[in-house]
Amino acid sequence: MSDVVISVEGLGKKYTIGGSHAPGRKYQTLQETLLSWPRKALSSFKAGNPKNEFWALKDISFEVKTGEILGIIGRNGAGKSTLLKILSRITEPTQGRVVVNGRIGALLEVGTGFHPELTGRENIYLSGAILGMKRWEINNKFDEIVEFAELEKFIDTPAKHYSSGMYMRLGFAVAAHLEPEILVIDEVLAVGDIQFQKKCLGKINSVSTQGRTVIFVSHNMTAVKSLCQEIIVLDNGSITCRGETNWGIDSYLSQSSSSSLSKSLCWNDNKALRNEAVVFKKASIESDNEVLKTDTKFSIFFEFECYVNTDHLNMSLVLYTREGVCVFNSGSDAIRGEQGIYRSWCHIPANLLNSEYYTVRILVVKDTSTALIDVDNIISFEVTDIERNGAWHGKWIGIVRPTLQWDFRMEQKNDCT
Amino acid sequence: MSKKPIKIIIEKKRGFAEFNLAELWEYRDVAWMLATRDIKLRYKQTALGVVWVILQPLSAGIIFAVIFGHFAKMPSDGKPYVLFVMTGLLAWNLFSGAIQRAGNSLVTDSKLITKVYFPRILVPLASTVAVLVDFIVSLIVLIILMLYYGVSPGLEILTLPLWLLLTVLLGTGVSLWLSAINVKYRDFMYAMPFLIQLWMYATPVVYASSLIPEKWRWIFALNPMVGIIEGFRWSILGSSGLTLTVLVTSVAMALGMSLAGVFYFKSVEREFADYI
Repeated sequence: MSDVVISVEGLGKKYTIGGSHAPGRKYQTLQETLLSWPRKALSSFKAGNPKNEFWALKDISFEVKTGEILGIIGRNGAGKSTLLKILSRITEPTQGRVVVNGRIGALLEVGTGFHPELTGRENIYLSGAILGMKRWEINNKFDEIVEFAELEKFIDTPAKHYSSGMYMRLGFAVAAHLEPEILVIDEVLAVGDIQFQKKCLGKINSVSTQGRTVIFVSHNMTAVKSLCQEIIVLDNGSITCRGETNWGIDSYLSQSSSSSLSKSLCWNDNKALRNEAVVFKKASIESDNEVLKTDTKFSIFFEFECYVNTDHLNMSLVLYTREGVCVFNSGSDAIRGEQGIYRSWCHIPANLLNSEYYTVRILVVKDTSTALIDVDNIISFEVTDIERNGAWHGKWIGIVRPTLQWDFRMEQKNDCT
Repeated sequence: MSKKPIKIIIEKKRGFAEFNLAELWEYRDVAWMLATRDIKLRYKQTALGVVWVILQPLSAGIIFAVIFGHFAKMPSDGKPYVLFVMTGLLAWNLFSGAIQRAGNSLVTDSKLITKVYFPRILVPLASTVAVLVDFIVSLIVLIILMLYYGVSPGLEILTLPLWLLLTVLLGTGVSLWLSAINVKYRDFMYAMPFLIQLWMYATPVVYASSLIPEKWRWIFALNPMVGIIEGFRWSILGSSGLTLTVLVTSVAMALGMSLAGVFYFKSVEREFADYI
């Protein structure tokens, strides 16, 4: 079978920056709108304001065939989420169209529609219905879902008493039992323990062998590699390549390491790294050496302005390899948070990281529980290999490359004379 | 799976999107699950549960009865003032509950709106259904009060479902407007309780329509809740200030507002995910 199930023709989506559509801006107020009328009346004399427009997607065209697992990768802001939202009919395109032959099930988060006050059983029915299952379908699959989630004992407990792992398992279990012809999946697999992740990946694989089509969006190159036969690479709202997975990933990685490797960054106020609570101003990699090597110690520096008052404010830094594998997550001590400018340095010791390309995700956390801002891929850097003296010059394997204390000696010399 | 092939075309819709009844039917399970969720939450989250739903209208009724009935000696169409005001509150609470809860429903469920597709109109509709449960509880309270006062309804009671339908229709229409406005202008949420309060005093809930001078009656009747409240009183207590002019104006306003609500909602719903 090679029928086309999804055909995307010249798709485009425009947002207006500074308006209520802007990602950092949540909503507008009636007051603002009323006050802006006179201003609008004045500015309408001038020609249209093209600089306030922003195309999240431009002229995207591709086709997906039955039974295909298509991966979509790209940097933050490349348009992946917008594409997903259009495919799952959450938002409308500005241009072009998509023709879909079959039912689309979208999985943009784990536990869609869950309510903490409801029991696991009630949530299965609620979430199942919202995700597009019929009542009899849920009845038929109920036991299977509960078993998959490994929650037999807690199914009549309100979900608010669940651990986050249990919540996640239940959410995925419902989603995994959807049977639409086309399944659109966002990076939900990036969560949960490894055991469960494997189970989920297995389930997705078995879905496609039943002749259904999967579109999978992820940062996690390992997952994309193991699942998808073909991928689409998005950059700046356009498709930069479409093809066989390994080839596609290579071209994506070479493109991202040349263009976005950055050791020092400064943002002025109109860039996107901000929300109502926090505005990032500077980020840099500080070290005594020009080049970061595996034996160089360095610091990851951030400067940001915070607009909220809180008792405890701390930073949390997550380091990823370029394939999306998490290296570590480290949190700073909490300090009293008042409105003002903050600076932080996360010191990375020498001989910890391997030679690899790394990206940094940073969170500013309020009261040790709420993320005020969460920016993925805020800065990236490359650690290069030291010049080794030995005979072997191949790539050292492993994510980390610590210098560890060894005890290594000869215990006894055999006398064979 | 032996389903007939479905073809979906995703593109920018122009003008008023067609009102797709077949699709609503397709998604009826979602509507039902959302409605039962709202009902369950309403009774789960409050420790007192049903007691709370009984106490709310009852205490309001008693307060009004003491202030307006006992002290101010308001006319009440010749019926005990408590019954008079409770009948008014029965209808009013159904209406105001619907517009309050349905009006905020899209914002409350914003996580759903941004994560999954289904006809958005189901969200406010489902929360209106949930308010009907409160109505039934209040109706039982009223029946008990009527037994206590020895007032029995006449044949007019048979028209009660009609008035109920009219209230739901109007409530839905208004809440479709409000919920859509709330998505775009979040500060509207704070103005709503105030507007609802004002609307209540423009409606004969605690007073009788007969207090309004004859020559202003027609303006008064432009408020569609006037006809509905009087309709409820007529059907339950058998007496009221309901006239043909008031009735026709109210029915026309209710129908017009709900139709306009549906159209307005449909015309803005595709932008919800971008705004919310």
